Amino acid sequence: MANGILVFGEIRGGGLKSVTREIVTAAAELSAAGGGPVAIALIGDGIDAAVTEACALPVEKVYVVRDTQLAAYSTQGYTAALKAIIAQSGANTVLFAATAMGKDLSARAAAACDAALFTDCTEIALNNGALHIKRPVYSGKVIVEMEATAPLQFASIRPNVNAPAAGAGSAAVVEVAAAVDAGAIQGRVKEVTATSGGKKDLTEAEVIVSGGRSLKSGDNFKILQDLADVLGASVGASRAAVDAGYVPHSMQVGQTGKVVNPKLYIAVGISGAIQHLVGMRTSKVIVAINKDENAPIFQKADYGVVGDLFEIVPHLTEECKQLLAHS
Amino acid sequence: MKIVALVKSVPDTESKIKINADSSGIDPQGIKFVMNPYDEYAVEEGIRIRERLKDDTTVIAISLGPDRVVDVLRTALAMGADDAIHVNDPAFEGGDPLANARVLAEVIRPLGAGLILGGRQGIDDDASQTIPAIAELLGIPQALIVTELTIDGGNVTARRRIEGGDEVIECTLPAAVTCEKGLNEPRYASLPGIMKAKKKEIRKVTLADLPLEANQVGAAGSRSKMVRYHALPERPPVKMIAGDAAQQAKELARLLREEAKVI
Amino acid sequence: MQYPLTEEQRLIQQTARDFADSVIAPAAEKHNREGKFPLEIVKQLGKMGFLGMLVPESYGGSAAGNFALVLALEEVNRACASTGVTMSVQSSLVTAPIVHWGSEELKQRYLPKLATGEFLGAYALSEPGSGSDAASLSASAVQDGNEFVLNGTKNFITTGNEADVVIAMVRTDPSHKTRGITAFILERGMKGYSVGKKEDKMGLRASSTTQLVFEDLRVPAANILGEVGSGFKIAMHTLDGGRVGIAAQGVGIAQACLDASIKYAEEREAFGQQIGKFQAMQWKIADMAMRVEAARLLVYNAARLKDEKLPHGKEAAMAKLFASEVANDAARDAVQIHGGAGYLEDFPVERYFRDARITEIYEGTSEIQRIVIARNVLKNLK
Repeated sequence: MANGILVFGEIRGGGLKSVTREIVTAAAELSAAGGGPVAIALIGDGIDAAVTEACALPVEKVYVVRDTQLAAYSTQGYTAALKAIIAQSGANTVLFAATAMGKDLSARAAAACDAALFTDCTEIALNNGALHIKRPVYSGKVIVEMEATAPLQFASIRPNVNAPAAGAGSAAVVEVAAAVDAGAIQGRVKEVTATSGGKKDLTEAEVIVSGGRSLKSGDNFKILQDLADVLGASVGASRAAVDAGYVPHSMQVGQTGKVVNPKLYIAVGISGAIQHLVGMRTSKVIVAINKDENAPIFQKADYGVVGDLFEIVPHLTEECKQLLAHS
Repeated sequence: MKIVALVKSVPDTESKIKINADSSGIDPQGIKFVMNPYDEYAVEEGIRIRERLKDDTTVIAISLGPDRVVDVLRTALAMGADDAIHVNDPAFEGGDPLANARVLAEVIRPLGAGLILGGRQGIDDDASQTIPAIAELLGIPQALIVTELTIDGGNVTARRRIEGGDEVIECTLPAAVTCEKGLNEPRYASLPGIMKAKKKEIRKVTLADLPLEANQVGAAGSRSKMVRYHALPERPPVKMIAGDAAQQAKELARLLREEAKVI
Repeated sequence: MQYPLTEEQRLIQQTARDFADSVIAPAAEKHNREGKFPLEIVKQLGKMGFLGMLVPESYGGSAAGNFALVLALEEVNRACASTGVTMSVQSSLVTAPIVHWGSEELKQRYLPKLATGEFLGAYALSEPGSGSDAASLSASAVQDGNEFVLNGTKNFITTGNEADVVIAMVRTDPSHKTRGITAFILERGMKGYSVGKKEDKMGLRASSTTQLVFEDLRVPAANILGEVGSGFKIAMHTLDGGRVGIAAQGVGIAQACLDASIKYAEEREAFGQQIGKFQAMQWKIADMAMRVEAARLLVYNAARLKDEKLPHGKEAAMAKLFASEVANDAARDAVQIHGGAGYLEDFPVERYFRDARITEIYEGTSEIQRIVIARNVLKNLK
């Protein structure tokens, strides 16, 4: 008795975040498996642009809660609004992107709705209407397969698992009146500051070029940045490079840094300590460039290049530039 | 004020994780269990707030789990927590984060805690769900993945990590906060602290002590079930690219485009 | 190794292990290469209470005892034997005799500062002319009213360069060999006290080993540890405890060798497979693992006997002798398992190899340990 899939649409800077399109793709697959119609939930104030973008996606309806109380994100306010949308839409499956906001809201809303919730899924499916998922656990060392046992079921899906949905749909907008009580909102976002100059955060990046201690200095990271610019990639680093002071901790990939899941991870001059591997081992394709042919990173890589990174990387940048120019 | 620090016992990050014989979980053989690294920030932050406030603030470490979590509670006491509560009952076994949150919320509720601290995620199930669920059940605001925390009277300002930047959340006390690396540098337990911790009694809480029924907790109270655990799929062996630097770069770019289809 | 520990013992071991892994080990290579005393780390160990484990709580320690001490010492030595010996000397050779024989005044003056690392301590027995034959030492003290005037030179003094407080064995009566020796507590600031050259050593390069020179050094009689003439007894008894600490150091170094060997044998491939799959490697590693555990059990036993105030001279000697030999065997095999890489400074086994060597020499050579053991078991010789 599936009765619909709701995708929580994430809005940043007035527009729909691209990751929401990926979740719509996942929702469409569930819908094709008998999950019911797909709709998007949008919450906020002054969000017309996002509503327009959402309506163009291949979904049936776009449910909107507009409230000046919700201009800034608040976990409690959004939870109340989302509950109202779930009730009105009759959806039994609610999908989020596994982002900071998606995780913040999904955990709270699942508790509020007494729903099943799976965080950070890499695969989702339906089994007789029940959400059946796979997600990495123990820092990505193993995968657990789980199934919902409640009528209402939530999941957050890792960015970059699904292709973004496109299409020129024309979904109907349904305005939902949610009586959001200002007094019940005890906390809200006051300020958002960007740190990485408009670049995608590592955790969302589709392509990452990472450097290790073999880069020898922070200045030398420029050759990685050049490659990253060509590939539309973000630049990361190993702990060794961060500890050596070449680059800030915000660029660190690994156990004590960011856990990333790009479709392409290029490890340059990174030996592949276990602490680093746990942060990037779920990358779809891994390239290792290292002068030490015994570096453990090669055991985890799909493609390996043994040689001097200072020679290879600029060549690679040039090759990629040419390839992409011809596409 | 009472500050609750929720702590969890998890496999050490260096542990090799193997799946058990019937794929129902991990094989605990040879695994060293330690305090969840993110929970260390929570205990440390609680102690620092107490040290700053210099009033009657106390830090209470709470852990839900089997007997081995006592070690983690002792560690919290040795670091400087004032009290510890071990929440354990056969009925709690197999609980999902929401079922566990129901239990912990009822343990915390009568304490009247002003601040609930915990790690940003347990590095075992990596769910990041329990503490926001507790916040919802207790009807208090939350700030997750926090790297800076300021408490001023009844107000909290928390800076948290989001994609590509930071977000500053303002909320009122009581509140629930999950801690991220960078919030502080957790102290090591001291020998005098350990000797003092040894003498402290760890209070036990079971289902009978809580206003909950058996069907609200543990596996019975869960909204999801584990189906099975899987090892990571084996990667095909690495394809090494030979030649001089220019040839290697050209071949790599071609493979990434034509074979892997990632650029 | 599986061994039943109490909650408190596990926590002490775990805390030492965490600190060793995250603070001591990462800095060990640098400290040893530069021959730089790890002052900051030692001070941190003091703040955490790891230098006051044998000091009663009333004097600022934790009275955790010898067994807890060897648990912690093994972990510290696994990361850095130079730091380990500094910790062992401070606990077993400096605080322990003051706890045992010090007057109330001496205890109050020195123990709280030694227990927290505010003061670092040294133990001065060896001399240029007397090592194993300690009773022939010649540094002298002559009474002058309420003071004693000291002259002489002490050799191979661990932490000599940094020590604020030194327990020195000095001859007060030339007519008696063993009963003519007295233990004094000296302070660095005393007139006539000077530190000689820092020795350049094969291993333990981050620990400081110096001469100490006493020239007309005037010490109040109140600074005598125990009584006039009881110095040799104090020295020998103290060394029994020190041996347990050095034995724990041997276990720590051997465990580090084992850890490094396992890691390398699982990582390194040769002839198309991990070298750990070769029986030649397996036998080395199996023997190493067995011997590390056997050594550890001897150390645990000696420490527990000492905690129970039971005789432990023979057991301490056995633990020290066996653990130091295990450390050297393990270090040799670890270098062998690493092949050429093991001969490079890039891998820590090269340091373990050099550090292990001294454990068969100081605080009683292997030969002396065998004599101690033999005297304990051959009781009816005429």
